[in-house]
Amino acid sequence: MSRVPLVYTSKVLELFKNPKNLGKMDDASVSAQAGSPACGDVINIYLKVESRDGEEYIEKASFESYGCAANIAAASVVTELAKGLTLKDAWLKIGWKQVSDELGGLPPVKRHCSVLAVGALKRAIRKYYAEVKGYKPEWLPSDLTPDERQALEAEEMIDRLYRRFRNESEKDRPNNTA
Amino acid sequence: MTTRISTVKALLEAHGRPEREVYYDLENSPRVPEEVVKAMLPYFNVKGYGHPSITHRPGWEAVEIVESTREAVAGTINAEPENITFTPSGTAANNLALVGSCMETGKGKIVISAVEHESVIFPAIRTLGSLGYRVVQAPVDEDGLVDPEILASLVDKSTVLVSVQLVNHEIGTIQKVREIAEYAKDVNSRVLVHTDAADGWGWIPIDVERLGVDLLTLSGRKIQAPRGVGILWVRDGVKMRRIVEGPLSTQSLWPGVENTPIIAGLREAIKLAFEDMEGRAGRVAGLRDRLMEGILGQLDDVILNGPRGAMRSPDNLNISFLHVEGEALTIELSTKGIYVSSGSACTSRVLEPSHVMLAIGRKYEEAHGSILFKLTKYHTMEDVKYTIENVLSAVERLRKISAIRGGLVE
Repeated sequence: MSRVPLVYTSKVLELFKNPKNLGKMDDASVSAQAGSPACGDVINIYLKVESRDGEEYIEKASFESYGCAANIAAASVVTELAKGLTLKDAWLKIGWKQVSDELGGLPPVKRHCSVLAVGALKRAIRKYYAEVKGYKPEWLPSDLTPDERQALEAEEMIDRLYRRFRNESEKDRPNNTA
Repeated sequence: MTTRISTVKALLEAHGRPEREVYYDLENSPRVPEEVVKAMLPYFNVKGYGHPSITHRPGWEAVEIVESTREAVAGTINAEPENITFTPSGTAANNLALVGSCMETGKGKIVISAVEHESVIFPAIRTLGSLGYRVVQAPVDEDGLVDPEILASLVDKSTVLVSVQLVNHEIGTIQKVREIAEYAKDVNSRVLVHTDAADGWGWIPIDVERLGVDLLTLSGRKIQAPRGVGILWVRDGVKMRRIVEGPLSTQSLWPGVENTPIIAGLREAIKLAFEDMEGRAGRVAGLRDRLMEGILGQLDDVILNGPRGAMRSPDNLNISFLHVEGEALTIELSTKGIYVSSGSACTSRVLEPSHVMLAIGRKYEEAHGSILFKLTKYHTMEDVKYTIENVLSAVERLRKISAIRGGLVE
């Protein structure tokens, strides 16, 4: 395989070994997923939301991950950042760059891991208003944000990649000029 | 770059050196045995450090080590030393084999298998493909085996070269190279047949006459010589062109001064690998089987990649662990001192999983969870027990946190 050095920061290694907010949440108010098993990166985010003084607070956040060390560490950071914030602040303040910075930076080919983690969080917030509250607050944009778009693009890019593989393997190989 | 250096220093410090270290990543780089290191040392500054084509004592000493190693290499494959070329790597030898021979044959069709090493696939498709050669890849079955009849059906009058490896580098499949060469030449007697035998060297008997090939690649590091020396054997009468130009020394197909310390290491590695190849291969296979049974017998949702039994190279074990991603597993095991590699997309430059895994029909999830172990005579039963124990706990931990097992995705 053609490879590239993947030098993780010590922070990534630490969070990979001892991730925070790990595991499925049974009493979650909402959960969402980003990534796909085929691309080798899936993050599930669980949020427990409570309303106080007319604001929705993230009381608890947790995650599950099928993915590399960067994926696990990024999900750990996103859930840690989200805890205690209002949904609005979590939406407005948590971005992939911040997640990557918290990890001391990610190798370029691993940046999509932080994008996926933030994408899963934003999906959960959107889903909470759409499915639990049944309305859309003013600060929540109708259009997808760059993070959500990037998460989608990451999923689509990998999906395209694999469609290409699939098409190639479905062709009659003996006659297939590579 | 400075960032990367400080990052890797901090990473190594946080990782620490585990008390027990077991190295299985012989596919990607050798751990050179102490005896081999010792054999190399004099050639840096005591003897043979000269240029073999210059008339002085260190130069003649260099001739002695280069030519005696050439003879030793030839002896392992039933060949003559004159037909052996040293190259800087197995990758270079494969490039020379394909490009160097096809430049002389003229344009035509090249038939390779779908599971070749990238040092065959890329020169075929990228180098020769861009020069107008047509490259066709023969499919493999679920064990990674090329059917010689199917391969021969792809050979026609326009075919100039067939290249099929002797042993697959990832899943250990031993190919029927002799039949492939025979059937291909039955269709077109002018076809040249190359085999990349790097992963079979030191594990199964190799005889260029029995195989009936025209070109054969070996790599020093695959028998635990240091990185930095590959070998191409070329049959008498096969026309070749150099693909790298420069001052020639003891050989005409690859220029530059021969790397005598590495070549001295290779000579010692050959001695160690071939003094009792059959006995060693049998013992390593026994150890490999214990590792395989220990893992397959105690974990659910695991798949052996590659064949069982005599069709598999004695040193190779490749297992897919479902619901976990391979890169995470390599890092988890690294913290326990167990060093392996994965065919996961997450470890690759372009985020594509191993082409070998896809060629044998593994799904992407199965490819992402694949781990490769290569054993040597230096591994012990204690190593294997320690490995089984830690593989079980690593897989258990990662499966517990997995987002695709018991979580949102059913």
